[in-house]
Amino acid sequence: MPRWGMVIDLDKCVACQGCSVACRFENNTPVVTPAEAVKGRSIRWNDVFPFPVDPAEDTGKYPNVTTRYITRPCMHCENPACIKVCPVQATYKDEEGIVRVNYKRCIGCRLCTVACPYGVRYFNWYAPEWEGSLAEHLNPDRIETADDLEGPSIRPKGVVEKCTFCLQRLKKAHAQADAEQRSFRADEYIPACVQTCPGKARFFGDLDNASSEVSQLQKSARAFRLLDDAGTRPQVIYLREG
Amino acid sequence: MLKADPQDKSRLLDPIYALPGLRFWVSAAILLVIIGWGAIMYFRQLFYGLGETGMDRPVYWGIYMVNFVFLIGVSMAGTLISAALQLTQAEWRRPVTRIAESLTVFGLLVASLQLLFDIGRPERLVNIIIYGRLQSPLLWDANSLTLYILASMFALYLQLLPDIALLRDNLSTDALPWQKFLYTRLSLGWKGNRTQWSRLDKAITTVSILIIPIGVSLHTITSWVFSTTLQPGWKSTILGPYFVVGAIFSGIGMLFIVMTVVSQLLHLENYITEKHYHLMGWLFIVMSGLWFYFTYTENLTMIAEQESLEFPVLASKLWGDFALSFWGMVVLMVVATYIMVVPKLLPSGIQKIFIFRPRFSAASTGLALILGALILYPRFIPYPAFLSDPKTATLAWVLVFLLLLIAGLGISFWLKRHTAITSVIAGACVVFGMWLERWNIIIPTVTHPRLIAYLNYQPTWVEISLTVSSLALIGLLFLIFFKLFPPVSIWEVNEGRVIDSAQSKIEIPAPESNQTVPSNSALG
Repeated sequence: MPRWGMVIDLDKCVACQGCSVACRFENNTPVVTPAEAVKGRSIRWNDVFPFPVDPAEDTGKYPNVTTRYITRPCMHCENPACIKVCPVQATYKDEEGIVRVNYKRCIGCRLCTVACPYGVRYFNWYAPEWEGSLAEHLNPDRIETADDLEGPSIRPKGVVEKCTFCLQRLKKAHAQADAEQRSFRADEYIPACVQTCPGKARFFGDLDNASSEVSQLQKSARAFRLLDDAGTRPQVIYLREG
Repeated sequence: MLKADPQDKSRLLDPIYALPGLRFWVSAAILLVIIGWGAIMYFRQLFYGLGETGMDRPVYWGIYMVNFVFLIGVSMAGTLISAALQLTQAEWRRPVTRIAESLTVFGLLVASLQLLFDIGRPERLVNIIIYGRLQSPLLWDANSLTLYILASMFALYLQLLPDIALLRDNLSTDALPWQKFLYTRLSLGWKGNRTQWSRLDKAITTVSILIIPIGVSLHTITSWVFSTTLQPGWKSTILGPYFVVGAIFSGIGMLFIVMTVVSQLLHLENYITEKHYHLMGWLFIVMSGLWFYFTYTENLTMIAEQESLEFPVLASKLWGDFALSFWGMVVLMVVATYIMVVPKLLPSGIQKIFIFRPRFSAASTGLALILGALILYPRFIPYPAFLSDPKTATLAWVLVFLLLLIAGLGISFWLKRHTAITSVIAGACVVFGMWLERWNIIIPTVTHPRLIAYLNYQPTWVEISLTVSSLALIGLLFLIFFKLFPPVSIWEVNEGRVIDSAQSKIEIPAPESNQTVPSNSALG
């Protein structure tokens, strides 16, 4: 079983937000009105934001300004803070290391959104709506069984959702391999954000395979994990600028 | 057939047998209108989604969570006080146990309603039982809350049982059929014989022993919902005992208020006397001391370490967005403690001194307010530069403080004479202060997360309506409950009377005369 991980090279990232857009279309992320967005209710599984986030924090005086941007999918932590607190096991970690959410089981208590130090979990304050032609171009992929609803499937209101490393693509790749009666290879699947990144700043692969690109890159001297002191051991690794 | 004492019958039983009067219907109607409005707002929220509230990202928890923690805190005192006093055989508890226990039950019921308001998919609540995850503090909380509700309802019912039998046996012949049915069924065939009494005694003692750890666990576990997360300001080991102390503190405050309102409306002055306020006042003072100790310790560690994540949370309370709620809480608590402690300390001999006059107090309060307003808004004085000098400003603040201190001393003897009013004022200060405390624990932390931009939180009308109608629901539950059952535990009071009269017959032997004492000549 591969253990999926992502490496993001901040030196190559131009903060174009292409990953955010690709993610939105791949995963049918609900769109909110500008008024709602001001209230902080927009949903961006993959968010791009200035770092540090607090504008009051010192970023230097002109012309010696340091502006950093960070692009942030779900960290898919090895020791996730969100899973431990979910009272109904609606959020869980599968055998390939992906932290998942079952929309059919979530009770919407939002303890996971409070517990996650990265703020990657989003709540559906209203039932999702798409205007005009947007509604006609939703990703038709569904991950659904009798008591499970995940991935890009349309979410009901009042549940929590988050980045799944494009789980539906992984499922499809597995199904393809099964149909061709061969074993699945770790290079057969990448999430939408990795595929779309114009600067090729994102790398994706199996962290357990020592020869994979992500395993090699995470040994780099520039490698760091976000909020390492939180003890969550993210499986998304950043490469520092410069 | 059980016979009620004539005095108890006229005061406690007859109002229950009488049909509800105009006052009952009017208050019930007002409360129902408020609750109805809340229900409309709740269905609106249910229909459209939680977006109707002021919550957002990162403020995933708002006023519902504050109310939840506050209400289970308020409900702490009732059963805990009643159980602790029962076990220590504090005789004075007898007339207040019923009110305390019903406060617990109603507080808890409405508190659990807050969780229902707060979650996005209330219809899936049963998933907690089906798919529960053992590591989740919310699962522990749900278990503990259920256990505490059941235990406190059971405790209330046990204490009520002999009184229901009394109600059944004293019904007049023209009583309504539903009254007969209700009291006959609920009394479970209580006859008041020796076996039944000894069983009841055992049962009450057992429940009293069990309910104390259950109560303490509920408040500790509620704090763990916060303190087991990584969020700045919450991950503190002290939060558990801090919640327990705050819960008992606010519970006593609420009990003061409920006790006085019930006693005034139902004319229970013969049962609930000055003594109860006085003795519970001591409990109140002890809890306020503990509360200040915990608050100080909790905040001191944050000030001292100035950790980059936690300090912004504290700073927002000390001089930022939450300064009003933080300092408001501190002022309310100081006032509550002051008016409870100082009147108890002053010897009556110094009453003649001129500063102990309410008039004097009013004058110095007025002066302090004017001075305070001038410091805050210096543009209204001719020489604004005068007060902007830091030294003068400090001096002025000290003066304000001194004037308020004098004002406090001035009304001390008035407060000393009016124990019940003082207790209610202190109780109201603490109840509101503790609500603010819960707010100050929850909201500043959720507005200061790590990787999300800080955002403020403003409750919407939906949330405010649901809060107000929750309080109205507690009122309505009290109104109906005390219309059906006596607000004072009749059998316990009678038991107290029997003990009192037995004690009054005990003759304490006079000291033996000196002749019988062996002569001390041996000592030389």
